[in-house]
Amino acid sequence: MKFVRKALDATEKRFFAPGKPFAFLYPLYDAADTFFFTPNAKTSGTCAVRDCVDFKRMMITVVLALLPCALMGMYNVGLQANRLMEAGATAPTDWHGAILNWINGFYPAIFEPSSVIGCFLYGLVYFLPIYIVTMIVGLGWEILFAAINKHEVNEGFFVTGFLFPLIVPATIPLWQVALAISFGVVIGKEIFGGTGRNFMNPALVARAFLFFAYAGQISGDKVWTAVDGVSKATPLSFATQGVDALSAQYSMSSAFFGTIPGSLGETSTLACLIGAAILLLTGVASWRIMASMFVGGMGLAAIFASCPSITEAFPAATLGPQWHFVLGGFAFGMVFMATDPVTAAATKVGQYIYGFLIGALIIVVRAMNPAYPEGAMLVILFGNCVAPLIDYMVVNANIRRRVKRLEAR
Amino acid sequence: MNSAVKENIVQPLFKNNPVFVQLLGICSALAVTTNLNNAFTMTLAVVFVTAFSNVGVSLIRKIIPGSIRMIVEMAIIATLVILVDQILKAFSYNLSKQLSVYVGLIITNCIVMGRAEAFAIKNGPTVSLLDGIGNGLGYGVVLMIVAFFRELFGFGTLFGFTVLKTVNNGGWYVPNGLMVLAPAAFFLIGAMIWVLKTYGKGMQDDE
Repeated sequence: MKFVRKALDATEKRFFAPGKPFAFLYPLYDAADTFFFTPNAKTSGTCAVRDCVDFKRMMITVVLALLPCALMGMYNVGLQANRLMEAGATAPTDWHGAILNWINGFYPAIFEPSSVIGCFLYGLVYFLPIYIVTMIVGLGWEILFAAINKHEVNEGFFVTGFLFPLIVPATIPLWQVALAISFGVVIGKEIFGGTGRNFMNPALVARAFLFFAYAGQISGDKVWTAVDGVSKATPLSFATQGVDALSAQYSMSSAFFGTIPGSLGETSTLACLIGAAILLLTGVASWRIMASMFVGGMGLAAIFASCPSITEAFPAATLGPQWHFVLGGFAFGMVFMATDPVTAAATKVGQYIYGFLIGALIIVVRAMNPAYPEGAMLVILFGNCVAPLIDYMVVNANIRRRVKRLEAR
Repeated sequence: MNSAVKENIVQPLFKNNPVFVQLLGICSALAVTTNLNNAFTMTLAVVFVTAFSNVGVSLIRKIIPGSIRMIVEMAIIATLVILVDQILKAFSYNLSKQLSVYVGLIITNCIVMGRAEAFAIKNGPTVSLLDGIGNGLGYGVVLMIVAFFRELFGFGTLFGFTVLKTVNNGGWYVPNGLMVLAPAAFFLIGAMIWVLKTYGKGMQDDE
């Protein structure tokens, strides 16, 4: 490690120190420096408690927790495509197809649905370009704003930049990725002052941008599988016809393990649960939000399913809690999106209300609004918007309670 | 006279723009800016109304009792708005249908009332006319800029003429659906205020 330290110091002296040619890019150097070493800065004054788990470690923990979802997602992209091609669909004809054929030249298993590594590689061909574009464009904006506002580049983007590719369809055009992540980073975060000051989750803002700007290409039947011209509806669009139509198409175990069409990294509930375990064991995410969101969503789903007057009017309400949990973005949103410490409610009581509200609303949207088969994205954004209000009410209620106690004395 | 023209017409275009700087009239800027035709008609209508309501209010400013001046101003503005609405219906029925209620809603545009109340009630008719035209145009500039971006990126056209050929018509451009929705106007106006406040000369907020 000494060698790395020396190299970094030399680079700083040569290029990034004040007065040197790249002094304006100091945030870039600082980002690399703190990536390797915990900052050596000491607090001044009398208060000097520092935790070794700083912002950067926290973010890396989230990235680690996301890895199972990403790996499972890539495998699933290949699996879905290869199964369809076995059934007679044509291979992709765009540049993805060219790369796939090139790999096929020395590794034929890539077109083999039974080969785990083959399917994984297939998915990698789709995931990697999206990830690279997200990182280059998003980090570009981050560095630009950091250089203008003269603060360091925040690690927050590593999480945003990893979350975003996991919640888009694999077939999304790369220019849309670039446009959406620009919108997410600039409008969703930087104009409010950067990491830690945003009131909405930037990855979800980027996804919402795609949803509204290119509705035809981000929803519907044609986008979810990485082969040419096959329309394959997501399980949730069958769900609008009721539970029988759904279970005729997909089994619950395939929905749990994630071998169903859907966005790149959110299909597997199992992978999300592994991520949840990592986040909860390390204490990075709030268990209160996860628990209350689970209770709110599943509770309402159970009530809906057991209420004949509701299931008659809304077929999608026939799905019990067990289906709602394994389908769509509920689990992924619960573990990774709603728990974002910046945008979620901060008070303990507020976190219960916030999670419960999001969970229940997702089920309401799914069951009662056939125009939106999935509501997780917009509902969590809505939750982000009301989180400060919830906190405000909780804090005020606390103040009132204490004033009363004081007066009673 | 020359300096008065400059003062009252040029100032509101950028430096004291009613939308960017005074943040008035935002609501209608969201509604009528999906294409340039609508925005242009709206600009003309608002310029007409602000100019002549200013003149009208200014002419009788000395005989209106202070306690009912709002009602009198409102009556003048409402008359002019109905006039514009009727003219549009008579001579350009299609446009009138597209703009629907928004022509009638010029009456609620804060700029019209704001200029009558802030300027015409204290100044002579000539400068009031210039002030009305200036502020109407200042509003129109914003409308046209927003409509330019919304029509270009939302439909790939300008004034109805194809500029970027869309995918559906065999071209290459994929229209951005967000631009057609009202929030896009918010984002555009916000971005313009951001740029102007950062780089516009003398437009920074006092720190």
